[in-house]
Amino acid sequence: MNASAERTIRVVVAKPGLDGHDRGAKIIARALRDAGMEVIYTGLHQTPEQIVATVVQEDADAVGLSILSGAHMTLVPKVMKLLDEQGVDDVVITLGGTIPADDVPELKKLGVAEVFTPGAATDEIVEFIRGAVAERTPA
Amino acid sequence: MAIEPDAKRRANRWREEVYDKTPERDALFDTISGHEIRPLYTDEDLSDWDPESKLGFPGSFPYTRGPYPSMHRGRLWTMRQFAGFGTVEETNERFRYLLSHGQTGLSTAFDMPSLMGFDSDHQRSLGEVGVEGVALDTVDDMETLFAGIPLDEVTVSMTINAPAAIMLAFYVVAAEEKGIPAAKLGGTIQTDILKEYIAQKEWCFPIEPAMRLVTDMVEWCTAEMPRWHPISISGYHIREAGSTAAQELAFTLKDGFTYVERAIERGLDVDTFAPRLSFFFNAHIEFFEEIAKYRAARRIWARELRDTYGAKRSDSLRLRFHTQTAGVSLTAQQPLNNIVRTAIEALAGVLGGTQSLHTNSFDEALALPTEEAVRVALRTQQVIAHETGAANTVDPLGGSYFVESLTDELEHAAYDYFARIDELGGMVAAIETGFPQREIADAAFQFQAEVEQRRRIVVGVNDYVTEDAQTNIHRPDPAAEGRQRERLAKTKAARDEAEVESALAELKSAAAGEANLMPLIIACARARVSEGEMVATMQEVFGTYTEHPQF
Repeated sequence: MNASAERTIRVVVAKPGLDGHDRGAKIIARALRDAGMEVIYTGLHQTPEQIVATVVQEDADAVGLSILSGAHMTLVPKVMKLLDEQGVDDVVITLGGTIPADDVPELKKLGVAEVFTPGAATDEIVEFIRGAVAERTPA
Repeated sequence: MAIEPDAKRRANRWREEVYDKTPERDALFDTISGHEIRPLYTDEDLSDWDPESKLGFPGSFPYTRGPYPSMHRGRLWTMRQFAGFGTVEETNERFRYLLSHGQTGLSTAFDMPSLMGFDSDHQRSLGEVGVEGVALDTVDDMETLFAGIPLDEVTVSMTINAPAAIMLAFYVVAAEEKGIPAAKLGGTIQTDILKEYIAQKEWCFPIEPAMRLVTDMVEWCTAEMPRWHPISISGYHIREAGSTAAQELAFTLKDGFTYVERAIERGLDVDTFAPRLSFFFNAHIEFFEEIAKYRAARRIWARELRDTYGAKRSDSLRLRFHTQTAGVSLTAQQPLNNIVRTAIEALAGVLGGTQSLHTNSFDEALALPTEEAVRVALRTQQVIAHETGAANTVDPLGGSYFVESLTDELEHAAYDYFARIDELGGMVAAIETGFPQREIADAAFQFQAEVEQRRRIVVGVNDYVTEDAQTNIHRPDPAAEGRQRERLAKTKAARDEAEVESALAELKSAAAGEANLMPLIIACARARVSEGEMVATMQEVFGTYTEHPQF
């Protein structure tokens, strides 16, 4: 690992929709920051449009969407569609929250790289994002 | 009870000569709040403890043992399961199911749009209508929600905060149209907006206008609804956000004192409104710490209301609370284990003297509860009530060296927090600087670290892990959103638009002044103005709120 050649990974941690449960998102934001990543936490009540604008503006390498309201099957497809429309295709999209196992295959089909369900450890998430971003970044 | 020097020597001697020579497990003995727990508690730990001033009798100052003399032996706690999903028709069905299975009070869960002040047909509501709770837009919905339920006989709780005044207005008008006057209605509306900025994060307006609405509700209910609790001062959500037990206790009580101060500033006599203030605490998995927390809460509240706020009636000093078992303790892995967690947490609530209890269902880490799951949760309460003996004597753990020590320690920790918050200029100022939010985030991070480092075991998550069978979970009905939009359209089509406009104009004008807004909100409710319309109108005057998050 060549530290000087390595760019700091930029992650947007986002709370889409009306969901106010931010305990997990804040813990993950802190863990990612402690792991040396540059974290942009959007705060609560973000529309898909606002999230995508932030992703583009911040030149994010990865996104962590946090949804505990059950509205993920409406909000995630919207975010993915907007990213697609903006021509953003190299950002690693991850999702966490109260996501039933049954929904994961469809979410992955939409382009979500990984879904972190309750009990997922922060180091698992850090490693996944590091690995997935490295895969997408040309050497 | 003066401690003999001998007892101290005895306890120390035992520690050094006997205990320290025995092995201890390699485990974390601190509570989930980070509170150190000693191997043994003895009379030495209560050396300055005076039973008369610390304990008293149940139903008398300082109410440590309970707000009433007979507690659960006189009347069991209300079994009040939180419920709500889809449209009001579906939730009405679930209400009736729960009542038929022995539930003794109702508790309403609203969906995210309703909690945030958006109508079901608003752009921001897409995909969220009826998903996390019931969708409710107008007084017509409120009527259907309680169809066939005698509102003069059943007490109803409504978990709604920023738009609470509107939901209360809907409830009052719906009951009135069923022939029941507001003065006969018993129940609770959560209303506790301070904890929203701190923890639950459901807001419509900036802090000051939101506090004005709270005081309007307290003032109006004091005059018009003697059986109603206009606020449920809450710690549950503060705890769910990650706080320690001491923070839950301190921030909740400090919020309560703040509401008391605002009502007194409004010109209300504390003894007229304090008797109708109620509380809502979490029952987390750390069993003894929770019991101590409730006892400390009662003692602190009684002392402060009497000595700081000058309350004279005993009704003003009795802290009464609803309890919900900790949602955050439930695991998605091996969900049946959650039945055990909920039972132990519920028992803590009972032994701590709760007046009302909600037990979580085993599938709630994954979804809203199925009928089968919520039935087990209700039965859990019934088993505790009728089979364990826990309800048959008052404050069974009173006098325990351990529990009394913990009670004192939590009380002490709460006063430390009160002092820090006072230094910041009070709770509102503390919230504006982000103090409680940061404390909570730090505690949450600390707990997560303990779990990930396996210093703290969570069964099924970081130990005793097994492959999970699929659980059947509740799925939100995607057609509910369409049905609700139709209901709303129907109400709007049938109403008098001129009346709507005029009612909103009056509300807007009053919002800009100092009048109590309840009568104007009620007039809007009668005219079939929707929640979203009222919120949007008030936002034109009050503005909105954006959090500056810290993690």
